[in-house]
Amino acid sequence: MNSQSTASVEALKARRPRPLSPHLQVYSWLITNTLSILHRLTGVAISVGLLYLSAWLVIAAYYPEYYEDFTNFAGSPVGIFILGGWSLAFNYHFLNGIRHLFWDLGKGFELKNVTKSGIAVVIGTLILTAAEWAFGLGYINI
Amino acid sequence: MKSNSIKTPLKRVEGLGSAHHGVHHWIMLRSTAVALIPLSVWFVVNLIILSKSDFAQLLQFFKSPVNALLMALLVVFSFYHAALGLREVVEDYVHRKFKKSVTILFINLALLALGTLTVMAIAKMHFFS
Repeated sequence: MNSQSTASVEALKARRPRPLSPHLQVYSWLITNTLSILHRLTGVAISVGLLYLSAWLVIAAYYPEYYEDFTNFAGSPVGIFILGGWSLAFNYHFLNGIRHLFWDLGKGFELKNVTKSGIAVVIGTLILTAAEWAFGLGYINI
Repeated sequence: MKSNSIKTPLKRVEGLGSAHHGVHHWIMLRSTAVALIPLSVWFVVNLIILSKSDFAQLLQFFKSPVNALLMALLVVFSFYHAALGLREVVEDYVHRKFKKSVTILFINLALLALGTLTVMAIAKMHFFS
């Protein structure tokens, strides 16, 4: 290999990646693709939240002397924020997951049904999360 | 008579595809999802109740075999569902074979280890407190 081609191999490795056609700045955010990426994002968020669930149970079982510290953290503003965000993500993923399962059965692919079920999932998520927190914080009692 | 597939005859007969597991992942993702529908409802209801309880009541909760079992099943199914879901995300965004394999391996092992530890914690509270 002569010095010219090794120089261009070096140049090849050093230069910036090849250009990509614009995507995020071009395609519109419709209900279809927005809810789809949200399903993925909430899924990842919930997976991280599994660590929180594990921490709670492992501390309760193996480190009971620290359980009070854990509940104090969970009740603190940071803890409430984490739990609130997690419950929002979880409810959305749960409801949209059911929407996905109907699609897997082959039902509901017509565009107007996709839009309607999408709106129902978003509204359902907000109502469900609000209801859970209302019960949890004691604003509603059964 | 060969079909127009570009797969070799052996690959066609195995029918496993690029994930090397065929449609198994897709089925398991949906099966765990279906199992998680009632389990999650149970979990959220009890989480709200437990958030208002103290430590003694928490231990009492896990004394019940039904509660211990359902919580353990929730952990097993959600960790499995998460492993499959995260695998799909990795497969979509990580492209080099080695990086992809290592990431998926790490996620699977981490979730398996953490899931086992969590089930151990539930078992401990159920049997030994």
